[in-house]
Amino acid sequence: MVRSLFISLTSEFYKSRKTLAFWAAIILPVLICGLVAIGYYSNADKVLKYNYPGLMLWAQFSSATLGVMGMLILPFYVMFMAFSVNNIEHKNDTWKTLFAQPLNKFSIYAAKYLYAVLLLFICLFLFEALTITSGYLLQTLVPKFTFGDYNPFVLLTKFYSKLFLASLGILSIQFVLSLLWSDFLKPMGIGFVATIAGIITANVGWKHAYLIPYSDPTLALRVTRTSKNAKIEDFPVFSQEIWASLICAVLMFIIGYYILSKRNIK
Amino acid sequence: MSNFAIETVGLTHHFGTQTVVKDLSLQVPKGSIYGFLGPNGAGKTTTIKILLNLLKSPADQVFIFGKELNSNRMASLKRMGALVEQPAIYTHLTGKENLVNRCTLLGIPKSKCAEMLSLVGLTDAANKKAGKYSLGMKQRLGIALALIGDPELLLLDEPTNGLDPNGIIEIRNLMIELTTKHGKTILVSSHLLAEIERTATHVGIINKGELLFQGTIGELHDLSKPVVKIETNDQAAAANILGTAGAELVQQNESTISVTFKGKEDMGNLNTLLVQNGITVYSINKERKDLENLFLDITSKN
Repeated sequence: MVRSLFISLTSEFYKSRKTLAFWAAIILPVLICGLVAIGYYSNADKVLKYNYPGLMLWAQFSSATLGVMGMLILPFYVMFMAFSVNNIEHKNDTWKTLFAQPLNKFSIYAAKYLYAVLLLFICLFLFEALTITSGYLLQTLVPKFTFGDYNPFVLLTKFYSKLFLASLGILSIQFVLSLLWSDFLKPMGIGFVATIAGIITANVGWKHAYLIPYSDPTLALRVTRTSKNAKIEDFPVFSQEIWASLICAVLMFIIGYYILSKRNIK
Repeated sequence: MSNFAIETVGLTHHFGTQTVVKDLSLQVPKGSIYGFLGPNGAGKTTTIKILLNLLKSPADQVFIFGKELNSNRMASLKRMGALVEQPAIYTHLTGKENLVNRCTLLGIPKSKCAEMLSLVGLTDAANKKAGKYSLGMKQRLGIALALIGDPELLLLDEPTNGLDPNGIIEIRNLMIELTTKHGKTILVSSHLLAEIERTATHVGIINKGELLFQGTIGELHDLSKPVVKIETNDQAAAANILGTAGAELVQQNESTISVTFKGKEDMGNLNTLLVQNGITVYSINKERKDLENLFLDITSKN
């Protein structure tokens, strides 16, 4: 079974390395981080006027990407990617050949799911790595910046980990929807409406908003300091919205396999 | 050990309330080219999908090399290669990449790809996107994909669909070579009898989910023995005369009498006999149902 999983995962990479979903995982962070960095470089004078200390400058700099990402781009990328991973088989009518291979059925399914999770991980990992490197790059280009005064590694790693875990719920729902339906509109339509609803419920501060997986990325980025003396990095990663997202992910993963194993392959 | 590569026992399959395969008992001997014939929508593709465990089958109805399919899914699939309906190809990958991907899935060395590409005549198009292939090229790639794992049993669903006459002949020769030289078993489906008449050693004819004929190609030929059709002015008397003279009456109705054809001289003798007995012979001719008509006959009966 492990061998089947590994083989299937390798095949997923091979199949999709020429698709937009794969490249988007790389292009999105490069593009967004690049734009923010260029913005800071060309507007260095304006930024310097505020005299931000290191931590604040990093906070401003990274929230420019995190904010846009967490709120909008991430849910849509997740939807698109979950769709794309499954659509590669729908479009080419290759489910039948895929499941006629001498490989464990569960492994084929799990590999697809895992591949989607990996793409999300790569995407977010690049976001963090590029944010940090571009910050230090700006420091060398514009020595007056205070990026050198604070090491954002722990803070950003915690934020991006939360974002990653909080997105797994959406990813799993979208993955199963895309597995069920071959067309683009159904999973996208549902995802779009749910994302908007999620952002709204998260922002109006409904106390049960965390139960809606689509609210979780937005909620995950909202961090309150545990106590006044605590350092800024000291917020918990596994907060309730993360748990909600993880539980949703596990449930959907199981439901997805259940549907697949009961279904005849057309 | 079973002598059948494929054996189904009273296989029945429903799509909702519709019965698509009804009490089907296929027996595909090892080393044979089994022509699986039937008109469109007869249940051929459904049967092939059941054989690949893509559609659920009840336990103890499908046996691949003597082993029950559901409980030996992986082991059975390892011995099978298939081309189902139109070939399933990743259109954004090149022909070669499609084969490389299959090698990965099967855990076999990628060096097999070049060999397969030349076997199906796609070497020149290896680096072209498969989405840009013509129908015939896609079909060839599909066959290469089915063959690449060197399976003992090949399930080919209308493999010559979309191929030009040359391509059809190539596939035909390839099938013969695979069975005679490499000892493979091939189940090939088609809705045209003429297409597999020359290659198949065994034939199964299916219509509306039911198996109407199964046997060797020779047995199928035997079903269509030539007859002499005779038309006279007095059919009853003519039948009587022919009967006492020892001719085998196959069929008799108001307008014609059919007797077994035994040779040209015999046919002349029958004519003379009738005339000498005062019967006017309007026509006498030899008739042989070709297999195509036989096939139509068999499939239109139910």
